[in-house]
Amino acid sequence: MIFVTVGSQMPFDRLIAAVDQWASEAGRTDVVAQIGDSELTPQSIESFERVAPAEFERLCTEAELLVAHAGMGSILTALENGTPVLVMPRRGALRETRNDHQVATAKALSAQGRVMVAMDEDELIATLHDLGPVEASPTISAHASPELLEAVGAFVAEPVPRWRSLLGRT
Amino acid sequence: MQLLRLRPAFAGHTVTYVTVREDYRSDLDAAEQERFRVVVDATEWQRLLLVKLFAQLIWAVLRTRPHVVVTTGAAPGLMAIAAGRAIGAKTMWIDSIANVEEISKSGRISRRIAARCLTQWPELAADDVIHAGSVL
Repeated sequence: MIFVTVGSQMPFDRLIAAVDQWASEAGRTDVVAQIGDSELTPQSIESFERVAPAEFERLCTEAELLVAHAGMGSILTALENGTPVLVMPRRGALRETRNDHQVATAKALSAQGRVMVAMDEDELIATLHDLGPVEASPTISAHASPELLEAVGAFVAEPVPRWRSLLGRT
Repeated sequence: MQLLRLRPAFAGHTVTYVTVREDYRSDLDAAEQERFRVVVDATEWQRLLLVKLFAQLIWAVLRTRPHVVVTTGAAPGLMAIAAGRAIGAKTMWIDSIANVEEISKSGRISRRIAARCLTQWPELAADDVIHAGSVL
């Protein structure tokens, strides 16, 4: 099964239309997609508007591949579950998000070998056609890097300003 | 999502998670669920929602009176930092890992308000912006 997601904030019809086209060309009938508040009616993939985090995680675990916008929520959930991810970044110029930050996120994470990237619909369709069976990736830890945990933990442990304690409560 | 990956850093403390999505509640344990708060999501263009969000965060901060405010971002996080700072809490902004090329807009404001400002990408570190690992 292949799971497709646009995240919880806004639709991303370019992504859904491209995956739909590929599924039809490739004769895939096992693609499910969370498409957000969209006008699209995909022909070859099963779609629904939104999905709760628990259900999202279950779909990630079952899926051989997650195709997603380059949002960190989607990416982190997939990595935590060892699901390979193929992302297509939203573009600011197309008003799919505020700016092109997803392009930079996608490139940086792909440089680290954590995700695969397709920059546009054509590349996405071509990648999906070329992609053989994908192997599950190693799961990442459920927690931030030790260095960040240490930095945050140390900050939390620092004493609070003395006047603050007058207000009470924790 | 990114905040939950920091959970071990809060061990031994009473934590109130504030988020914009009710359905994150199920990711928490029973004690955390009781303190869990949901606020509205708002972007910089939604004036009225921003006002409502700010009111909700001020209320949340007054009710919980935290000693520490830690956030990974956006408008609600920035407002929590401002409200937290007003009551003397220690405040920490952790810029989202999604911001690779520049610190986010709300991060640039928080940088001046928060006691500590962190980036998750080494390239963005500066005098007042610390890089110390990432949520990955």
